[in-house]
Amino acid sequence: MTLSRLPEPDRGVLARSSAIVEDLVKLIGAESVIADEDGRRAFEADALTAYRRMPLAVVLPRSTEDVAKVLKYCHQNRLKVVPRGAGTSLSGGALPAEDAIVIGISRMNRILDVDFENRAMRVETGITNLAITEAVAAEGFFYAPDPSSQLACTLGGNLAMNSGGAHCLKYGVTTNNVLGLRMVLMDGEIVDIGGPYLDSEGYDFLALVVGSEGQFGIITEATVRILPKAESARPILLGFGSSAAAGSCVAAIIASGIIPVAIEFMDKPAIAVAEAYAKAGYPLDVEALLIVEVEGSPEEVNRLLADIVEIAKGFQPKVIEPATSPEHSAKIWKGRKAAFGAIGRISDYYCMDGTIPLSKMPEVLVQISQICAAHRLKVANVFHAGDGNLHPLILYDANNEDEARRAELAGADILKLCVSVGGCLTGEHGVGIEKRDLMGVQFSPADLAVQMRIKSVFDPQWLLNAGKVFPLEAAETQEAPAESAHRAA
Amino acid sequence: MVAGCAEKGIPIEIVGSGSKRAVGRPIENAMTITTASLRGVTLYEPSELVMSARAGTPLSAIEAELAARGQMLAFEPIDIGPATGTAHGTQTIGAVFATNLSGARRIHSGAARDHLLGIKGVNGRAELFQSGGRVMKNVTGYDVARGLSGSWGTLAIMTEVTFKVVPWPETAATLIYLNLPDNIAVELLCAAMAQPVEVSGAVHLQAPLAARLSHPGLKTMSKSVTALRLENFSGAVTARKQKLKEALKVYGKALELDHRETLEFWSELRRLSVLPYRQTLLWRIATKPTMAAKLVQAIKRYMPAEALYDWAGGLVWLEVPATADAGTVEIRRAAAIHGGHATLIRAERSVRASVEVFQPLSPALERLTRGLKAAFDPAGILNPGRMYANV
Repeated sequence: MTLSRLPEPDRGVLARSSAIVEDLVKLIGAESVIADEDGRRAFEADALTAYRRMPLAVVLPRSTEDVAKVLKYCHQNRLKVVPRGAGTSLSGGALPAEDAIVIGISRMNRILDVDFENRAMRVETGITNLAITEAVAAEGFFYAPDPSSQLACTLGGNLAMNSGGAHCLKYGVTTNNVLGLRMVLMDGEIVDIGGPYLDSEGYDFLALVVGSEGQFGIITEATVRILPKAESARPILLGFGSSAAAGSCVAAIIASGIIPVAIEFMDKPAIAVAEAYAKAGYPLDVEALLIVEVEGSPEEVNRLLADIVEIAKGFQPKVIEPATSPEHSAKIWKGRKAAFGAIGRISDYYCMDGTIPLSKMPEVLVQISQICAAHRLKVANVFHAGDGNLHPLILYDANNEDEARRAELAGADILKLCVSVGGCLTGEHGVGIEKRDLMGVQFSPADLAVQMRIKSVFDPQWLLNAGKVFPLEAAETQEAPAESAHRAA
Repeated sequence: MVAGCAEKGIPIEIVGSGSKRAVGRPIENAMTITTASLRGVTLYEPSELVMSARAGTPLSAIEAELAARGQMLAFEPIDIGPATGTAHGTQTIGAVFATNLSGARRIHSGAARDHLLGIKGVNGRAELFQSGGRVMKNVTGYDVARGLSGSWGTLAIMTEVTFKVVPWPETAATLIYLNLPDNIAVELLCAAMAQPVEVSGAVHLQAPLAARLSHPGLKTMSKSVTALRLENFSGAVTARKQKLKEALKVYGKALELDHRETLEFWSELRRLSVLPYRQTLLWRIATKPTMAAKLVQAIKRYMPAEALYDWAGGLVWLEVPATADAGTVEIRRAAAIHGGHATLIRAERSVRASVEVFQPLSPALERLTRGLKAAFDPAGILNPGRMYANV
C-alpha cells in the first residue's frame, strides 16, 4: 500500500552520514542522539505503517535551545528535518526519510505553569494530550481537544495537525484552544507567537502555524486554554432502522438549538464488531447507532436528554436508551472507544478522515458502500456525526498486496466523493504523505500556490517535513519567492 | 483591476461600508475598491450551523436572516463605528472577519476567527483563491482563511466568507455587582469564569463609564458596574444564577437584569456606546485578566484614563486624553511589563500617521510579517501601511 511516491534521498547526504552524526553528538550530547540501526528502527514509521523509511539519525532534545542548535546546523548543511511527537499520525505526517534527521520532542514534556485564575497553562509540547487534562482535573478543569490517541499523542503533534476529537462539536479543535506558542524556525531562530492573552498581535500566525504539519518550524512550548469541567455529562444511545434516519435525527437535534458535546455514529458492521468485543449492550438489529452526549448539572442533563428523546421519536427509533448511571455511561462509551481496536482485531483497516456537510450523509454512506463493493472490500463506519467528520474503515489484508492496493484506491475514491459533495479530504488527521496527491482535487493551482508561498516564508529551502502536504510535482516546481531573502529586508 | 494596480504599483484601499476606515495608519494616495456591491447570502444551512455570504453583505442583514431561524453569530462582533465617528450598524461581514474584532461572548465562544470556516478572495497578485470550506472540521492544507482574519485587508481582498453560526440561547440573565474597585472586580470576574456555569459575558465598567449606560437604575448610581451574563434554557439559567451568586457572595449582593434588560445591556456594549465618539483617544489592550487592573493603574500614573474591562479583564478599552504621541510610550511600556499588546483604535489622522497604531512586533515576528505580506502582495498595493509601515 504505497501509492505515494517518496522523494529520492540525497546520496551526498547519505555519504556524509557518519560525519553528520558526529556533529550532532558534539552539538547536544550523545545521550540525545540515536544513530544505531535498532534505535532508528523505532522511528521508521508512524501510525500509517504501510510507509517506512529509516531516518539518517534521530535526535531527542531536552530544551528549546537544543532544538535551535540542531535546526541551525541542519539549515547550514541543507539537511532535511522531520519533526516528531509520539508518532501516532494516521496520515504519515511523521514519516522519516533516509536523508533526514528526525527531531523528536517527547523528552520535552514538562508543565511550566498552571494558571487557574487566567484559565491558561504553559507546557512543553512533548507532553501527552491526556497529561494536560490530568494535571488540572483535580481542580475541576480540562483541556478540550481529545483525539482518540490522547493517551499517547503529544501536544506538539496535535498542534501540527490541528487535532480534533469526539468533543470538538462544542469546544472546538486545537486551533481554538491555543493562546501562544514558542517555535524554532528552520534557521534556528526562536520566535514567540501570541501569549497568555486572547487574540495575538499582528497577523494571526497562530492560525497559520497550527495545522501546518511540521512544515513551518518546531513548536517547543505552548500556552493552552483550560476550561472548567461541566458538573456532569451523560450519553444516550439511539438506534435507527436506517443510516438516513440517524443522519436526519442528528440534523434535527442541532436545528433544535441543542449543541451536544458529542454525537457519534456507528453503522451495522461497526456495531457488530464493537459489541462482540466490548459487550457494551448495543442492539444488533439496527442499521445505525448514535451516541449523543450532553453535559451540565444533573437537572440540565435530564432536560436535554428528554428533549433529544422527543426529537428522536420523529425518526422511528428502534432503541432509546439514556444512560442511567455513571457505570451505564461508561458502558455505552466503551463500545465506541473500543471500536477501532475491535475492528483491528478482525482485520487490517485503512482509516479515512473526510468531512462532509451533514445533509449529504445518507447519500454519501450509500456511495461509500458502493465504492468499497466495487473494489471488493468491506467497510465499517464509525465517526463524529455532529460535525460530519467521517471515519470509514476499509477492511483489507495487509499481506495481500493486491487487496492493499485496492484499499488505497477505494480510500482515494471516498475522499474525492467527500470533496464533490462540498466537504474536504481530511477533518482531523492531516494530509501528510497519504492525501498529498489528492490536494489537487480540493484546491486549484492558485489555491495551492498561495499555501506553498506561506511555506516558503517560514522555510525557504523546504527542508522541514519535505515531501508532504503538497503533490510532489507541485512542490518541486514551487520556486522560492523572490523575497526568499526577506531576512535582508 | 488588482492586476493593473499591481503592475503600476498603485495602492488600493479596500473598503466594505467604511465603518472602520478611521482605524489604522492612514493609507496615502490610494484608489478605493469597495466590496459593497458584493452582497447576499449564498448558503445557509441552519441544521449544519453554517452560512456563506459575499463579503460586502451588511452584518445587519446577516444577523436578521439568522435571527429568523433562531440563530446568531456566537462571537458577538463589536461595532466600532460609533466610537470612531461613523454610523453604527453599517459594517459588512467581510470586515468583521478581516478585523477579527469580537465582543463580550468571545471569552466563552471564541473569536471571529474561531468561527471562520472558509474564504474566497483575491490577493495582491490578482490571483483568485480559496481556502477552507463549509464544513466544521477541516485540516486540509494550511489554515489560510483563519490566517487572513485580523489582517485588515493588507494580504487579500475577501470576496466571500463561510462561517459557523449557533442557536440563540432560550433565555439570558445578568448578575450585577456594584461599586467594586477594579482589582476586586477582575478577581470576581475570574472567579466566575472558573465556575462550571458557562458565563458568556464578564465585564467591569468604571463608574464614569457606567454613568453612560442607558439602564435607568445603573446610570444614576455613580458606581462602578461589574456584570456577568448567563445564557441557556430558562431552568438552567435560574439554577446557574443561584450557583453563581452563592460562589460570589463575598463580593456582596447581586442585582439582576432580566432577559430584556440583559439583551439591551450587552447590545450597548457591542456598540461601545459607553465610549462615544469624542476628541479623546481610545486604546484596546489585550492582557492576562489578573494583570488588567495593575496595567491600568500603571498607565494612570502618567495620564487620566477610564477603563472598560471585557473578557473577564483580558481586554481593556481605555479612554485617555488626546496628545500628540497618543501616550504610546507609557501605554506600550505598561503593556510590556504586565504582558499584553495595545492597539490605538481612535485618534486624529495626523496622530495615526505618526505613531505605531498596532502593537510593534518582535524582530522575528516582524520578519515573518514582511515575508507573509510579500507572499500575498509582493507589490505592496493592498491597504499599504495600514497596520505597519511598508506592510
